[in-house]
Amino acid sequence: MANHTQAAGKAGAANVARPRGAGWVLVLIALAALIIAPFVSYPVFVMKLLCFGLFAAAFNLLLGFTGLLSFGHAAFFGGAAYFTAHAAKVWGWQPEWAILIGVAGAALLGLVMGAIAIRRQGIYFAMITLALSQMFFFACLQMPFTHGEDGIQSVPKGSLFGVIELNQGLNMYWFVAVVFALALWAIWLIVHSPYGMILKAIRENEQRAISLGYSVARYKLGAFVMSAAFAGLAGGMKALVMEFATLTDVAWQMSGEVILMTLLGGIGTMAGPIVGAGVIIALQNRLATSDVPVTVVTGIVFMICVLLFRRGIVGELADTRLGRMLGLR
Amino acid sequence: MAQASTSTEPRVVLTARGLGKDFFGFTAVNNVNLDVHHARIHALIGPNGAGKTTVFNLLTKFLQPTRGQITLLGTDITGTRPDAVARMGLVRSFQISAVFPDLTVLENVRVALQRPAGLHVQFWRGMGALDRLNARADELIDNLGLAPWRDTRAADLSYGRKRVLEIATTLALDPEVLLLDEPMAGMGHEDVHMVADIIRGVAQSRAVLMVEHNLSVVADICHHVTVLQRGEILAEGDYATVSADPRVRTAYMGSEA
Repeated sequence: MANHTQAAGKAGAANVARPRGAGWVLVLIALAALIIAPFVSYPVFVMKLLCFGLFAAAFNLLLGFTGLLSFGHAAFFGGAAYFTAHAAKVWGWQPEWAILIGVAGAALLGLVMGAIAIRRQGIYFAMITLALSQMFFFACLQMPFTHGEDGIQSVPKGSLFGVIELNQGLNMYWFVAVVFALALWAIWLIVHSPYGMILKAIRENEQRAISLGYSVARYKLGAFVMSAAFAGLAGGMKALVMEFATLTDVAWQMSGEVILMTLLGGIGTMAGPIVGAGVIIALQNRLATSDVPVTVVTGIVFMICVLLFRRGIVGELADTRLGRMLGLR
Repeated sequence: MAQASTSTEPRVVLTARGLGKDFFGFTAVNNVNLDVHHARIHALIGPNGAGKTTVFNLLTKFLQPTRGQITLLGTDITGTRPDAVARMGLVRSFQISAVFPDLTVLENVRVALQRPAGLHVQFWRGMGALDRLNARADELIDNLGLAPWRDTRAADLSYGRKRVLEIATTLALDPEVLLLDEPMAGMGHEDVHMVADIIRGVAQSRAVLMVEHNLSVVADICHHVTVLQRGEILAEGDYATVSADPRVRTAYMGSEA
């Protein structure tokens, strides 16, 4: 845990600066890629990637910019997937409302879990989040509305605002792409806000923040709830994209996966979690059709990442001359 | 010691009565009584392990006392949380330089200014909102001679400058009572003089309680000295009185002194 926080601190170094000049070029390139992507790859694959990218970015808001390592984020991602799927399928809600209830549910769950977990620090914090998310997992296994092992299947995408049929053409893709871009922008704003500055101060030196009169618990809880809400947004969207919500999304392995994505891409960088999610999802996609066991490969990737480039792909890149020129952080 | 001889005794801002702390049966601090006065520099000295930092942690509520009572500006703070104590005007520094390493010097000072200015929960506003704090922050940075490093990351500062930055950040809160834990530790000769002057300056309008090992600094700027040994008060008074006390000499130099 100490290492994580340290690495987080290092990687987060210069992110106080606004993207200038070359930085905006990168943003434009990313937006262009978002527009071209469905024509050069499978839209469903890209949408899945965007959902996981947003999930990892939400997680990074907590780990990278507040210094809290949660091992229970699957509860928010998978929980929201269930809420959205149930609202869309059983209650027949429109997709925007179904996703919103997923976000609200995840935020509420985050408030409860966070309020308990932030009383402890470091590894104990991680363990409490893990324990609470496991309790939520078993609740999901038992509750009738989740349909246990079967999950909620064939969730209708519905029509956005009652006018745009999401199961036609690329409509769903554009919806996901816009939500993804707006959510990332919102996360960027939070990180670069007066509040984000206090979060960074708490990450850097909690005792000092207390001695300056900050009730650190409240700021941490705020960050925890925001992170949970964005994770819920990702989970709710994923339920509509894949048209199902299952136990996989609330299982602890999912909490581990998002840590891996964030670490691999670069803790405390804006682009890192998305790059990390891209690599992991692409790997899983590729290996799904082969005989190579996915978990072994991701395990090896994780070890290489921790041993050779602790700051992650984007974190290491940001430290090169090109990275500094582009203002990657 | 000229500055100590003022006819009227200034008002007491921080008091501790019968303060004690046990760690698993071991008594680290016992029966400590302190009166910290406005516009006075009060030194807390003693050999290593005497419990000076523990007393600091108790006074600032980073540790909960086992026994005793603490009063700040007339309010009992014995059961108050540390962040609330800071908001009431009792602000401390740390023995290990406590800066925010990845923030610049300007940002470090601004973090302290953000809360009193009400700019600490706005997650929807841009960093530009903090620009109006720059004037005050720059003033503090200038006063403490940190202007050339205004935009340097705190981690890249020399040890002495980190300590100065910590004092600047502490002063940004304009505290009523300032607790400095070894502010000069590890500083070069030049810096010691500069920081001593700064402390003398800030103590004109507020109380300062400082732990310090550099006895010439204590002799030079402190009005009142409390000597701790094994968690208890050994001697008290102005520097001349305390340094003449044979028990203090024994504690510091060994039995034959």
